[in-house]
Amino acid sequence: MTTKTEKEYESYYVPDASHWPIVGAVALFLIAIGAGSYVANIKTGEGIGGWVLLAGIALIIYMIVGWFSNVINESMEGKYSAQMDNSFRQGMSWFIFSEVMFFAAFFGALLYARVFAVPWLGGAGNNLETFQVLWPEFQAAWPLTKTPDGTTTEAMGWGGLPLYNTILLMTSSVTAHFAHVALEQNKRGALKVWLGITILLGLAFLALQVEEYIYAYSSMGLTLASGIYGNTFFMLTGFHGMHVTLGTIMLIVMFFRVLKGHFTPDNHFAFQAASWYWHFVDVVWVLLFIFVYIL
Amino acid sequence: MTTATDTIDAHDEHHDHKMTGLKRWLYTTNHKDIGTLYLWFSFIMLLTGGAMAMVIRAELFQPGLQIIEPDFFNQMTTVHGLIMVFGAIMPAFTGLANWMLPMMIGAPDMALPRLNNWSFWILPFAFGILLSSLFMEGGGPNFGWTFYAPLSTTYSNGSTAFFVFAVHIMGISSIMGAINIVVTIMNLRAPGMTYMKMPLFVWTFFITAYLLIAVMPVLAGTVTMVLTDTYFGTDFFNAAGGGDPVMFQHIFWFFGHPEVYIMILPAFGIVSTIIPAFARKKLFGYSSMVYATSSIAFLSFIVWAHHMFTTGMPLAGELFFMYCTMLIAVPTGVKVFNWVATMWKGSMTFETPMLFSLAFVILFTIGGFSGLMLAMTPVDFQYHDTYFVVAHFHYVLVTGSLFSIYAAAYYWLPKWTGHMYSEKLGRFHFWCSLISVNLLFFPMHFLGLAGMPRRIPDYALQFADFNKWVSIGGFAFGLSQLIFLVLVIKCIRGGEKAPAKPWDGAEGLEWEVDSPAPYHTFSTPPEIK
Repeated sequence: MTTKTEKEYESYYVPDASHWPIVGAVALFLIAIGAGSYVANIKTGEGIGGWVLLAGIALIIYMIVGWFSNVINESMEGKYSAQMDNSFRQGMSWFIFSEVMFFAAFFGALLYARVFAVPWLGGAGNNLETFQVLWPEFQAAWPLTKTPDGTTTEAMGWGGLPLYNTILLMTSSVTAHFAHVALEQNKRGALKVWLGITILLGLAFLALQVEEYIYAYSSMGLTLASGIYGNTFFMLTGFHGMHVTLGTIMLIVMFFRVLKGHFTPDNHFAFQAASWYWHFVDVVWVLLFIFVYIL
Repeated sequence: MTTATDTIDAHDEHHDHKMTGLKRWLYTTNHKDIGTLYLWFSFIMLLTGGAMAMVIRAELFQPGLQIIEPDFFNQMTTVHGLIMVFGAIMPAFTGLANWMLPMMIGAPDMALPRLNNWSFWILPFAFGILLSSLFMEGGGPNFGWTFYAPLSTTYSNGSTAFFVFAVHIMGISSIMGAINIVVTIMNLRAPGMTYMKMPLFVWTFFITAYLLIAVMPVLAGTVTMVLTDTYFGTDFFNAAGGGDPVMFQHIFWFFGHPEVYIMILPAFGIVSTIIPAFARKKLFGYSSMVYATSSIAFLSFIVWAHHMFTTGMPLAGELFFMYCTMLIAVPTGVKVFNWVATMWKGSMTFETPMLFSLAFVILFTIGGFSGLMLAMTPVDFQYHDTYFVVAHFHYVLVTGSLFSIYAAAYYWLPKWTGHMYSEKLGRFHFWCSLISVNLLFFPMHFLGLAGMPRRIPDYALQFADFNKWVSIGGFAFGLSQLIFLVLVIKCIRGGEKAPAKPWDGAEGLEWEVDSPAPYHTFSTPPEIK
């Protein structure tokens, strides 16, 4: 508050009319109807939904590239004030908060199933009758390796791949921080090295995650459809993996911007945003590792 | 809309970067343009959802099945609810926020203007998808706007995927809009405007935006689980796979209860702006209003299961949610008290905005009282899923939220268009609406207490008389809204020239700029003492 002088206010940049948002709206529309008809016909595989979806994705990538290069150019031309930078930072933090709440819905489902739904199916609380009438054979346990209707699966342990992945991602959070420190101290060489290492760690994480999925599907019989355990396992790790992918793409873009000489020690919102996002996916992973794998 | 363009153009001093025609509206980054788009869109959606309500009321005019099939009846109740919640009320508030917030806090625009455009323009596409699903094979969503599993999963028709992705887009729109509101308020206030100097209108939108950012992602998670349960073989809401259909209700209402406050807190802000203006007194208890709004927002997160008293929750849960729910009556009571105290010994006049605000205070309080009745667990066992619930939430959403939006529209129409609206027509609209809305919703209380279930296209003979009157009230209320359309079009086209401040008791920065407001306002921020 105290830093806001009138001068800063005068230079608050209100952009001209732009065609990018409406391009993005059309893209999102194509994605929604494409995905909608693809999913609605998923059993028959009919229709052109998949192609419409791909067209939408292509259009939204085009939109993001165009819109962001607009913003980058404006930033490089020095049109943004410290106040504008603040708007971006606050916008990004609240966006990350909304992402936290998205994961909260799935963590909520996981905890509800573990603490309430599964024990109740086994007759806990006032549910003895439900248990005896519906599935008297059912045994409540977590991980739920045998569902009431008899689907069986194996539970994923926390050792091995998940543990390596935890180490990889935790390390990458530290290296991302080192990269940020290097940027703030204007050590461009160290910045490139640390940022590069972070990206490699992220890619390694994703590769191991794919391997884990293949192993789960082929050797353990653990699939998205193996009851509430498989549901929560794949939805949580899957959405997390998508976010890691997005975060890695952000970091790669930052890497190329660093190579082009963008960012200064006190003006590097985009880098900051990517790094925040990266820390966010790390924190989510730690929670995942505890609640999905260990406990 | 073209007339609106011309009117605003004529007074525009900044011709530098404004487009004309369709491009202006598609590409705009101007908060006033985007606000106008939101408001028109929400009004169109109001009429669309209202038309569906009329289909419902036509079928319920007399017992038996006359006009439509039960499945189509279900689609009508579902899409009516979705459209009114996500298409009419929420965009109307976002539109008001867009138009008024920057002017009220002395900002040049919203903080992220291009994002603002995107937040709006994805909405018509989302509702296009939702509405077109009605014409698909098997019909549109028919599981109620709350899309309870397994109705929306195991027993849903083929268009559920479109419903899910439409809701995703609505959610993205709300989250982006809310982030914009939060950042604008936190970052763009004029120098000297501390938080406790902000108009209450700004405060309520600020708090509402936080609620939106917190719960819309949870809705996105819920519909995602519905999608995977329906199409990808997951069992989140299926006990046979270890899940629980009741879990759906928990996750949904964790979103759903804050959502209903998202639709009423801005109304509190509007009424708290208008009542002082026409009572010609300062708002009584400004800071207590801020704290009451914050308390209501906080409590909204820990009361969700009062929608689920009859699902067989453990007793401790029923008690916890009952007491927390009743606690909300305290801050709400503070608010009603403050509005009445503001009017106490004021020099009141009764222009249309004030009429709608007064009706709001009384009728919203009725809705609040029926809410208290529903909050009592043992009593709710009787009322659950009856027309009493329908009466309750229509009192808070129609005579509450919608009336406050009308009040706001009348209050700021002179600022938006530069012309005074026709007071005569405004009062006509008010009285028609007031009488018909009570004829429409008040008898529903009795129907519910007598046991008429909601969302059923047929009913027992003893409910026939009341239902006839309710339907007549419904048609009258629906037609009354066309008066407003005529009034707004007339007001845009011409009328008495509005001064910068048409209401002598009004306060706020928005009255310091011309009417109609210039295309760009407060490019240099005003100093607030």
